[in-house]
Amino acid sequence: MKGVVIGCGRVGSAVAQGLAANGWDVTVVDENEDALVRLGPKWRGGFVVGHGMDTTVLESAGAAEADAAVVSTNGDNTNLVIGQVLRERYEITTVVVRVLDPARAKFYADRGMRTVCPTQTAISVLLDTVRSTTPQPSSAS
Amino acid sequence: MYAIVAGGGKVGSNVTRSLLEMGHEVTLIEQRPDRFARLEDEFGPVVMRGDATEISVLERAGLGRPPELLLAVTGDDEDNLVISQIAKEGYGVRKAIARVNNPRNQQHFDLLGITQTVCATTSILGLVEHEMPEHGLVRLLELQKEGLVVVEIQVEGGSPAAGKRAGGLGIPPGARLISVFRQGRTELVEPSTVMRPGDQVLAIVPKGSIPELRRALLGAAS
Repeated sequence: MKGVVIGCGRVGSAVAQGLAANGWDVTVVDENEDALVRLGPKWRGGFVVGHGMDTTVLESAGAAEADAAVVSTNGDNTNLVIGQVLRERYEITTVVVRVLDPARAKFYADRGMRTVCPTQTAISVLLDTVRSTTPQPSSAS
Repeated sequence: MYAIVAGGGKVGSNVTRSLLEMGHEVTLIEQRPDRFARLEDEFGPVVMRGDATEISVLERAGLGRPPELLLAVTGDDEDNLVISQIAKEGYGVRKAIARVNNPRNQQHFDLLGITQTVCATTSILGLVEHEMPEHGLVRLLELQKEGLVVVEIQVEGGSPAAGKRAGGLGIPPGARLISVFRQGRTELVEPSTVMRPGDQVLAIVPKGSIPELRRALLGAAS
């Protein structure tokens, strides 16, 4: 399977390594050449330096042949636009987009995008942890 | 009319001033504190501080009314695209006009249904083409929703089209030659019309086929 990962930060690089470990052919895109070190010395996949809004960059990363794409740059709006371009222009069926703002993540999820919101996940986990490890307060009025 | 302007740079602030002078109600959203302070000095409560790509900020600006017009004119194309999508798809704003900063991003706006866009670079290039007739092909009008462009082509003595009938030029599919202007008169183009040097040909062509049309009439681009 062919995967494209846009954004080689902490999240993107780990996702790329995880997919590669499962036998995927992965190409990572990042504006910054130095981000390559995040993939480690044993990285055998592809790495393209460039901006994910640039269709020539997406195409040289193999967007046209990809089975799945993960978009995780440090900009919510950049991720949302690139994610839609990958879905609509290159018809990649599985496109997952990281969106830090819960409201925008929900807005686009409601319109059929696969968004992942780490902020919402943190909120839910923190609340659950506090609720499940402390006695319930008597219902405050 | 009620208008929301997202982005208070040169474009946003000047458009806001003009809309206010025309008697319209406007909210201008600007994120940067230094810019916001300057705008507030001039526009007072018309300016709102915040990130116009945040739905709560847009709602506070009155996106739910909804406004008759939303202008997404920040310096960031991704932001302008997302603001326009939220306005149109989430709040039923009928008219959302987006600024395209980098002409290479125009295709993304087209692809994602934001059809009303303004790109300064593209407009200036259009004028350059118009002012440099040796270029051979001038874009007169772009019909964004239809994906068509109305162009004018100047046939020269050495052009492959000179002396040939319109029907045999091998123009790209979807393109039509409309008229030729010659010796002060305009004639509609028939398949039998013979192209002559000096003809100004008016044509309508799918956006992506302009190079092909140029090749058919003028040969390889110089």
